[in-house]
Amino acid sequence: MIEISHVNKWYSPTFQVLTDCTTSVTKGEVVVVCGPSGSGKSTLIKCVNALEPFQSGDISVDGTKVNDPKTNLPKLRSRVGMVFQHFELFPHLKIIDNLCLAQQKVLGRSHDKAETKGMQLLERVGLKEHAQKFPAQLSGGQQQRVAIARALAMDPIVMLFDEPTSALDPEMVSEVLDVMVDLAREGMTMMVVTHEMGFARKVANRVIFMDRGEIVEDAPKDDFFGKPRSDRAQKFLSKILSH
Amino acid sequence: MLSNFDFDVIRRALPYLFYEGMTFTLTLTALAALGGLIFGTALALMRLSGYKLLGRIAGLYVDFMRSLPLVLVIFWFYFLVPYIGQWVTGASRPISVGAFASSLITFIMFEAAYFSEIMRAGIQSISRGQPAAASALGLTYAQSMRYVVLPQAFRNMLPVLITQTIVLFQDTSLVYVLSITDFLGAASKVAQRDGRLVEMYLFAAVVYFTISCIASFGVRRLQARIAIIR
Ligand SMILES: Nc1ncnc2c1ncn2[C@@H]1O[C@H](COP(=O)(O)OP(=O)(O)O)[C@@H](O)[C@H]1O
Ligand SMILES: [Mg+2]
Repeated sequence: MIEISHVNKWYSPTFQVLTDCTTSVTKGEVVVVCGPSGSGKSTLIKCVNALEPFQSGDISVDGTKVNDPKTNLPKLRSRVGMVFQHFELFPHLKIIDNLCLAQQKVLGRSHDKAETKGMQLLERVGLKEHAQKFPAQLSGGQQQRVAIARALAMDPIVMLFDEPTSALDPEMVSEVLDVMVDLAREGMTMMVVTHEMGFARKVANRVIFMDRGEIVEDAPKDDFFGKPRSDRAQKFLSKILSH
Repeated sequence: MLSNFDFDVIRRALPYLFYEGMTFTLTLTALAALGGLIFGTALALMRLSGYKLLGRIAGLYVDFMRSLPLVLVIFWFYFLVPYIGQWVTGASRPISVGAFASSLITFIMFEAAYFSEIMRAGIQSISRGQPAAASALGLTYAQSMRYVVLPQAFRNMLPVLITQTIVLFQDTSLVYVLSITDFLGAASKVAQRDGRLVEMYLFAAVVYFTISCIASFGVRRLQARIAIIR
């Protein structure tokens, strides 16, 4: 579903943020990406839907090459859901309109159809009664669930998550993770940057460990938690698991 | 002096002052603000587009307009436009452009420079995550501007935009150099005709002051309301 091969990216001629990153996510797979802050996780996941350009290597999603100038990026992105650390709901639009906007403008759905779909998804994330509110009236956990529903409204073939729970108060983390676990169990293809190792243990197929722009470890979940091969991954794991 | 202050001259002139003068002033203000906002937003988008040449052109335009006294621009534009029009259309004689059209175009061009700076600040006040989220949903650059960034920038800047429009409302009185009958022009015509300069100019000042004050008060209330919503 996602093929990442030998990707290199520089933010400036002297600062290489990604070094020879190669991995893949197959259909129905859940891959968790972890690593210290600043290691390039966000950058890598943003390269997948071309929110960030990269200088060399290839990424393809469902057979479409992301870095091909001929690719219709808006169309590709409409099939790749993305959830951000800071939710990024549109504050000037009601919750239901946050869900309808792209359905109507990008997919060309009628307002009624978009609204029906939006309400279904709000119900699914348990926020149907908040449809007419504005984002600022919701808690962080609720906003992030809306953001997930907004991405799902586009019927994505794959979902990307960039630290979806790290901006949340601790008591709100589980309501968001529950939605993500359900999604994973329904067979959604997911690439998730997170430090929630409980989530990884529950639903991940593979875990990728990044450090200083490199993919240091890329292993099936049980191998990763059983015996990380690299020192750096071991250190990282002992640090976050001791919390 | 106040002993021979003639209130009646004002009363008699009221229909003329408001139906003709104020209607012109408000129409010019509204259309110039609208045009200036649209053109100014286009300039702001040019400056933020990332295309160096476009940005440079817009930047030069803004700096140029802001370095000229408005009254001179109004004056020159009125006398030059007929010749520019002749040159553009290849007509045999200068094109006649009405005083209203000429002053409206001048104000739009001039205000655009100021509105563009306001809109630029407004667009920059939106966090980069917003257009990123819009793109991630499949919206094009134009759609993301139209539906996500500009509505928020406009809302954030609304108090400043209205304040600039109040300045514009006062500045429209400069069209007197073209002998146009705006509110001040109408007052001044009556003043000359009846020899009542003190009454008419004082009255005009009170009217400009009152309207601007009420509008400023409205802006402050609006600011308070926006502060609550955010
Ligand atoms: N737009 C940018 N310009 C320059 N450097 C950046 C930019 N975005 C991120 N970086 C840098 O790239 C590195 C990787 O960032 P990021 O991918 O956000 O890491 P992570 O998500 O793993 O914390 C960091 O050192 C960060 O400072
Ligand atoms: Mg990050």
